[in-house]
Amino acid sequence: MIALSLHKMLHTAQGNMLLDIALNVPHGEFITLYGESGAGKTSILRILAGLLDPDDGKIAINNDVWLDTEKKINLSPQKRKVGYVFQEYALFPNMTVRKNLEYALEKNQKNQIIDELIDVIELGDLQHRNPSTLSGGQQQRVALARALVQTPDVLLLDEPLSALDIKMRLKLQAYILKVHKKYNLTTILVSHDIGEVLKLSDKVYVLEEGKIIRSGTPSEIFTSHQMSAKFRFTGEVVSIQQEEVVYIVTVLIGNNVVKVIAQNSEITDLTVGDKVMVASKAFNPVIQKIT
Amino acid sequence: MIDWSPLILTFKLALITTILLLLVGIPLAYWLAYSKSKIKPVIETLVSMPLVLPPTVLGFYLLIAFSPNNSFGNWLNEWLGLRLIFSFEGLVLASILYSLPFMVQPIQSGLAALPKQLKEASYVLGKSKLRTAIKVLLPNIKTALLTGTVLSFAHTIGEFGVVLMIGGNIPGKTKVASIAIYDEVEALNYNTANIYSLILLGITFSILLIVYLVNGGYLKKFSR
Repeated sequence: MIALSLHKMLHTAQGNMLLDIALNVPHGEFITLYGESGAGKTSILRILAGLLDPDDGKIAINNDVWLDTEKKINLSPQKRKVGYVFQEYALFPNMTVRKNLEYALEKNQKNQIIDELIDVIELGDLQHRNPSTLSGGQQQRVALARALVQTPDVLLLDEPLSALDIKMRLKLQAYILKVHKKYNLTTILVSHDIGEVLKLSDKVYVLEEGKIIRSGTPSEIFTSHQMSAKFRFTGEVVSIQQEEVVYIVTVLIGNNVVKVIAQNSEITDLTVGDKVMVASKAFNPVIQKIT
Repeated sequence: MIDWSPLILTFKLALITTILLLLVGIPLAYWLAYSKSKIKPVIETLVSMPLVLPPTVLGFYLLIAFSPNNSFGNWLNEWLGLRLIFSFEGLVLASILYSLPFMVQPIQSGLAALPKQLKEASYVLGKSKLRTAIKVLLPNIKTALLTGTVLSFAHTIGEFGVVLMIGGNIPGKTKVASIAIYDEVEALNYNTANIYSLILLGITFSILLIVYLVNGGYLKKFSR
């Protein structure tokens, strides 16, 4: 159980912003802090890990007090039992994969956990390589394993997958879920990827300008607001061709070229280069796996 | 036959200075790289002063400070038995101050260029600041350490003004190669001066060449 309440004035590029957060996370839960960049998500993780000091607040994990500004308690990062996975992996370049994990061992801790983690996160083939020779996804797997060596109660994931391509991301999501369950962790993920949030988390906290504006299960938060069978895109007309009695208008939407059938009346005021909206209502979307 | 003692003295001075500078320079560079203290700009300025100050100015003030005729020099002399003017110990101390920026600046910028997550990742893993510095930070700035070491060494070999001011010209004690060259030229022994000069030229050229080769990645094996 994590109980956290804190205030901190953050000085951002857009000016000052008050981070004002109160959270209770039951043991074993997987929660996500969701929101635009600059909303204060990463600051919360950093404060939890002791890497950033809040102006005032309290943090208690189970019955251990990590921070209580009133009682002047503030444990150093070294004394807080957390696993932290950074967005940029932060592997030690001067150590092999295995040495990175061994470095994380506590004094007198048996190194049997290392073989176990190498097994669980499937790093066997990589263990004697240097981090610089690994792909982003492989590096992040190592970072995940390293964060778990001390078997922390709390795992903090700071946008761990945002630098990875979609395939790698899916793979890592599976590893994250696996270790979350296997090691009975309380996990806090920072993410702005809705798919990821839906897949991984039990509960979502939506942050805006340093405050939690909504919270609930991922499906409560996202499905009603952002998913519907209504499509609307804007694009640019690339060409208009006549085919029998109808016209085919080719529209560039993002990087995709879309062909739309139009009636004579619809194209009268359309020319190539116009900005148009392509919209459709009440139809059944087709869903297909991307391979 | 030329007298080798100035050359030997020069390298002894450079070696001792460099070793002591590593011990002083690494903690100082670490502090400068990470401190948010208000006096940091002042310390940075002081460290960099020898880059722009005429060596004679530094030498002059050290001479005044260490002279047994004033209280500080007298205190050193009586309590620590250290007589820092016209002695080898004084040369070492003056050389440390004079070469300080050459050691501190590369290490400081090397540390500042490391991603801060490396340090933070180590702290979160429960490792102390000292352990993090020794196991994580310093091994990842090997080239900066090498640059600092070699530049300090080479710069100490090349010093003249400071040494002359505080050390004088005592054979076997403070007469280093650069002063011996000056001495020989004064005595019109161009041949001996030439030999000393050529040796210094060759050695400093090789030392600097090695640094650029290593830092440029031409010698892959050494540069991590």
